[in-house]
Amino acid sequence: MMRIEEKLFQNRYRVDPGRAHIEIADADVCAVHCKEKPCTFCCPAGCYAEDNGGRVTLITDGCLECGTCRVICGEHRNVRWEYPRGGYGILFKFG
Amino acid sequence: MSEHFDAIVVGAGPAGNSAAYTLAKAGLKVLQIERGEYSGSKNVQGAILYSDALEKIIPDFREDAPLERHVIEQRMWVLDDESCIGGTYRSADFSKPPYNRYTIIRSQFDRWFSKKVRDAGALVVCETTVLDLHMDGRCVVGVRTDRENGSVYADVVILADGVNSVLARKAGFRGELKPKDVALAVKEIHFLPEQTIEDRFNIKGTEGVVIEMAGKITQGMVGTGFLYTNKESVTIGVGCLLSDFKKSGIAPYALLEQMKAHPTIKPLLAGGEMKEYTAHLIPEGGYNAIPAIYGDGWLMAGDAGMFVNAVHREGSNLAMTTGRVAAETVIALKAQGKPMTAPHLAAYRKALNHSFVMKDMKKYKDVPEVMDKNRQFFTDYPRLVSQAARTLLTVDGVDKKTKERAIRKAFTGARSTFGLFADAFKLWRAFE
Repeated sequence: MMRIEEKLFQNRYRVDPGRAHIEIADADVCAVHCKEKPCTFCCPAGCYAEDNGGRVTLITDGCLECGTCRVICGEHRNVRWEYPRGGYGILFKFG
Repeated sequence: MSEHFDAIVVGAGPAGNSAAYTLAKAGLKVLQIERGEYSGSKNVQGAILYSDALEKIIPDFREDAPLERHVIEQRMWVLDDESCIGGTYRSADFSKPPYNRYTIIRSQFDRWFSKKVRDAGALVVCETTVLDLHMDGRCVVGVRTDRENGSVYADVVILADGVNSVLARKAGFRGELKPKDVALAVKEIHFLPEQTIEDRFNIKGTEGVVIEMAGKITQGMVGTGFLYTNKESVTIGVGCLLSDFKKSGIAPYALLEQMKAHPTIKPLLAGGEMKEYTAHLIPEGGYNAIPAIYGDGWLMAGDAGMFVNAVHREGSNLAMTTGRVAAETVIALKAQGKPMTAPHLAAYRKALNHSFVMKDMKKYKDVPEVMDKNRQFFTDYPRLVSQAARTLLTVDGVDKKTKERAIRKAFTGARSTFGLFADAFKLWRAFE
């Protein structure tokens, strides 16, 4: 079974260093108030992970800009979601 | 960028390109803004192109559009763990030009469409993200981009910025998407030699096959899978309601991996080289999820307006049609010297109501809810149908009457006699 990292490796990205287009608004909301943490298993690029302390970490480099994390966080509205700056982010070769 | 335009189109997918092209062709001063490095670089689709919607915009598109294969055969598969039962419609008629549908690769197709938009006279600006709308009271008067001094103004702004429509949400034209109203689809493209594809799918030349799938591959979730043939590649994907992904805890890429390993599907991909993995939200809430699609100084087209017919796997044709009709509405008002106010732009909604777009959306308005509340269509029935076929097709000395009794018992055991009739009735009501 192919791992998500291997899938994303095939894609083309233009990363905007130091300018994540998606942010977790309040880390405590994820750690304390969100039990399910659906972002950690629904994100199709596996950008979200839960660490040992129950905190959610987000690395947007592999983001496919689909919007899943924002929509799935409907209860807590804890995802600050924007598109990357023009020209940055995923650059689909085929789409 | 402080000029004033007749119209600004945000986004360069099928809706935005259709709108910008139609406006520019009519001689309006049009600015189209796209966040990707070129039109198409942010866009994802299966992808099937329906000729009719594009013909109404660019009648001779076949002359130079990058098309992969024309579809001559559609297979519908219901998959169990190990098995597959289904139907096929193939017709030599589909191989007589002009062809009705094609497989396409969106990054190439959208780039071609964008050139047509520029040739028609529109100003197309890429690598530019629109941050928000400029308002004068309740009226949209322009957009603010991420460029320096990046504000631009126009009589009307057409929002064709896709399913996430950041702009419509920020402006309060639309609420946040609900997980039950969108499907999350993941897809891969696998490259194979042209000859291998032709041999494997029983096609030649530019003939193509599309396969739509349901059953165990979605693991009880409301959703479907697909496999489309391109010239030298096949795309394979699966999409399920986001609310179901949330409930199931299954990662989308893991679902796709399991689907690819199905004994019926695996041989079709064998030897291929995977070159891209994509994901996309598809608005599947149907008619009841359509937001306000016009207001003072703005119109909304394509996925932003939730224009997808999930039952028939149609979306890009609805996007092209809504984009075109939005443009035609603006052109007519401009010709009459009328302002782009909500009462005048209401003509857009009226025109869509009379077109196949709203008629089809309305016809299937109850399907999303019926599917959501009746999981048996994605769990029990695929299993029962598959078992029935297996029972009948296994020759083992058991007489046929006994086999039929066993099948009937399996069906009534799972759904009861009343349940079977009720299910048939529900389907009939939802699809009539």
